[in-house]
Amino acid sequence: MSLAAHLPALQVVLPLISAPLAVLLRHRGLAFAIVTTAAWASFACAIALWLQVSDGSVISYAIGNWPPPWGIEYRVDRLTSFVLLLVSGMASIVLPYSRASIEREIARELHYLYYAMFGLCLTGLLGIVMTGDAFNLFVFLEISSLSTYVLIALGRDRRALAASFQYLIMGSIGATFIVIGIGFLYLTTGTLNLADMASRIGAIESSRPVLAALAFLTVGISLKVALFPLHQWLPNAYTYAPSAVTAFLAATATKVLVYALIRFYFSVFGESMVFERLPLPQIMLWLSLFAMFGANFVAIFQDNLKRLFAYSSVGQIGYITLGLSFDSVHGLTASIVHLFNHGIAKGAIFLLIGGIVAAGYKSGAVSPAPTFERLAGLGKRMPLTSFGIVIGGLSLIGVPGTAGFVSKWYLILAAMEKGQWWLVAAILLSSLLAVVYVWRFVEAAYFRAPPAGEDTRSEAPLALLIPAWLLVAAVVWFGLDTSFSVGTALDAAQQLMSNSR
Amino acid sequence: MLEHFSYIITVFLMMAGLFIVIARDNLIKKMIGLSILQTSVYLLYIVPGKLVGGTAPILAPQFTVYSNPLPHVLILTAIVVGVATLALGLALAVRIREAYGTIEEDEILALDHGVEVAEAEHAEVGHGT
Repeated sequence: MSLAAHLPALQVVLPLISAPLAVLLRHRGLAFAIVTTAAWASFACAIALWLQVSDGSVISYAIGNWPPPWGIEYRVDRLTSFVLLLVSGMASIVLPYSRASIEREIARELHYLYYAMFGLCLTGLLGIVMTGDAFNLFVFLEISSLSTYVLIALGRDRRALAASFQYLIMGSIGATFIVIGIGFLYLTTGTLNLADMASRIGAIESSRPVLAALAFLTVGISLKVALFPLHQWLPNAYTYAPSAVTAFLAATATKVLVYALIRFYFSVFGESMVFERLPLPQIMLWLSLFAMFGANFVAIFQDNLKRLFAYSSVGQIGYITLGLSFDSVHGLTASIVHLFNHGIAKGAIFLLIGGIVAAGYKSGAVSPAPTFERLAGLGKRMPLTSFGIVIGGLSLIGVPGTAGFVSKWYLILAAMEKGQWWLVAAILLSSLLAVVYVWRFVEAAYFRAPPAGEDTRSEAPLALLIPAWLLVAAVVWFGLDTSFSVGTALDAAQQLMSNSR
Repeated sequence: MLEHFSYIITVFLMMAGLFIVIARDNLIKKMIGLSILQTSVYLLYIVPGKLVGGTAPILAPQFTVYSNPLPHVLILTAIVVGVATLALGLALAVRIREAYGTIEEDEILALDHGVEVAEAEHAEVGHGT
């Protein structure tokens, strides 16, 4: 029994067993060591899996040796391995960062619980991506969601509790809709295995339960993806959660649910049913446009930097779903690439904002929220942090040389293929809105004088700066060398479109 | 109409639960509404598991049609998920009560809005100086 054969299971199991171990050991140093080791091990598994499927093959792993479709199957193809790399990579970077970051943001006696919940969240997200069974997807979805609610509630501000409760209500409604959709699919096809469902659904495509299943799944997943207008939970959750939690969630949680949407649309229902026979492209197009313009517009007027970038996240998710609505290889490539690029850019930005918050604690503030009043003259006080946020912001705008440009390029390519020139104009116009809110930060950081008595250089500690700058460097690297991100995304898109009916 | 009696109950519970979550401000009542919504989903899965003319799912030579045991297994998992969500929601409600002094959502929003207005005024004063 070689280890390589069991990689799919190890990927999910290693973080899963690290969580109860962290709780049992109760010691925050040991909990950190165990969960971080598990995250790094799962990142290594993700790299190995990516290498295994890079020739286009699909790994099918039967859990407990029960053959599919009766047993639960873990299925790894190009798209799966891509998202696995993003999730486990982000966890591997955020966990060492959290060690220093949660020192002030979370009470000491709760640190071991933070690590345990992080391990569970990582397990849930990896499981959603890995599984080829519909109900197993729901179970992992709930594992990740419940641990996310706890992680958000660990924030210092009491509004974190209200934000977590709001997210709990909305997220549970979303998950319930997803399970209703899965229920209709199970009742009509008789199976829970996604690949098996795909082969059986062809005979009953236009029956009402299947259409109802599609509707429930779309609404349920859109709630968790924070697609406009179901995004209400996101700004509060991202603003009041601890910095490391915001960074991890912004980079992974919504992206994994976009993966679930893509998986259901292309690998279960089939592209022709979803995009050609139903008006889903038009619906997604208009919702994406509202997200792109509305959320970016609201972001401009926010006073709290975390809240600003939270609304920016809602807008950027609009780009991802816009790419989906094109129903072409380039559109799907744009979606998948932006999934990755936005993940690393937002992760970098929120990690750097965590550095600002930590510096605020060090200078004696009781609860240093990164408001614009506090950011005056940040360029002098924390030059590396400010420059990193500027680079992240350039990626959000889509400036050439950063990762965001690559995704915008493919989006515009897909729009030009369809001859929709007004869409090209819309994409460029919404990027201009992003310029406005990034410029607000640049103006506050570089063109305003720092408050009196605070103009000495007090950069964030190295433990916070190094993981954040790793991601900033990745943003620039993947903007210049796109062979990994675009190559994998293009292969994944072609694999999805060709296997779909 | 009567054959679909169970589905009518399912939809009624689903809509009742969703209405309670949206229309009621009390956090505990929201959690109860969420539980009712999740209960309707259990019905949705289990009722079609009983096949017409099906017997208990124990292999026996004289029976050919068996009821489906799989929905029961799925719903056991879903019930556990529901219980965990309910427990977490109630724990959050207790913490919110300690932090805010109330568990009515409109009062919590008013308190938060008051804090945000105070923060905005403080920021404006800071800019003015």
